[in-house]
Amino acid sequence: MGSPFDINGGACVAMVGKDCVAIACDLRLGMQALTISNNFPKIFNYAPSTYLGLTGLATDVNTVSDLFRYKVNMYRLREERHISPRPWPTCPVLAGINQTTGKPFICGFDSIGCIDFAKDFIVSGTASDQLFGTCEGLWEPDLGPEDLFETISQALLSAVDRDALSGWGAQVYIIEKDKVTQRLLKGRQD
Amino acid sequence: MRGPTIIKAEDDKTRQLNKNTLMAFSGEAGDTVQFAEFIQANVQLYSMRNDTELSPAAVANFVRGELARSLRSRSPYTVNLLLGGMDPTTEQPHLYWIDYLASLAPVPYAAHGYAQYYCLSLLDKHHNPNIDLEQGMKLLGMCTDELKRRLPIDYKGVLVKIITKDGVKEVDFDNDKIVRSA
Repeated sequence: MGSPFDINGGACVAMVGKDCVAIACDLRLGMQALTISNNFPKIFNYAPSTYLGLTGLATDVNTVSDLFRYKVNMYRLREERHISPRPWPTCPVLAGINQTTGKPFICGFDSIGCIDFAKDFIVSGTASDQLFGTCEGLWEPDLGPEDLFETISQALLSAVDRDALSGWGAQVYIIEKDKVTQRLLKGRQD
Repeated sequence: MRGPTIIKAEDDKTRQLNKNTLMAFSGEAGDTVQFAEFIQANVQLYSMRNDTELSPAAVANFVRGELARSLRSRSPYTVNLLLGGMDPTTEQPHLYWIDYLASLAPVPYAAHGYAQYYCLSLLDKHHNPNIDLEQGMKLLGMCTDELKRRLPIDYKGVLVKIITKDGVKEVDFDNDKIVRSA
């Protein structure tokens, strides 16, 4: 058995635009080369305009997303306000808009919690090498919501086509100050 | 099975968790029944204490939680599970695929072990979301035929149970049909 990061496969990417951010993931769940499900979203919503994408071992995607849902719910009840996108240890890709400042925010983590603040994009998953290439080629500063959607979608779809462990459709969230658009991309189903 | 010896030909590898959910299991001998009956007892205890049936989604997440906790313990359960049920309030059917690593996925059809390699392609081709019981049994027949045709072992047939809004019942299945390899 190889690395636990490569057993189930998956890809996730987040990008910053002008007053908006986008986060997208693929939908595959596999065991090595065998595909178990083509409807396994890896992006989770924790507050208005705060989204978290998780890739890696599927059991830990489940565990971390459930644990965070519990912790964020407890935070909301205790503080009587929503949590805002701010670095939190142990999560691969985080995207959102700070409700107070209105600033778009993305960051990534490695599995032991080292933070990567980025002005442009964050990638993770088995297709991360490919995503670095497509994002480097397609991303430019100050993209509007529609242009950002097109950019992140093309970057993700092109990247997962070059990775056998990712793909089978994608989910894209475009997050603006007071609006979130979720789109499902069918993608290649082979 | 103990090495090459068949100990029992009609072993029921399922446990009914409550009125409308059934869990099928495979994996390490001993772990499987121990874990399934532990889950069964706890789900039934919940039903008695709260006078409500847990939904399949609730049961699946409970099972996953227990398996995930066990995974990072000194002696984890090596159990693969399929959990099927009807939601008592919405009357919608649900199927969950759970492996020994406690990965949970809601799926339209599923298999574990070697059956995945032989049956998933058949199910990909012939399953549709509105499939009725008769067509479903026919498709299951195609799957067992394929297993008989391609698996080098005699797995002594299958036990078939169906879950409807009225509960779980065992149905007859012709296991004596002889399928010749190509």
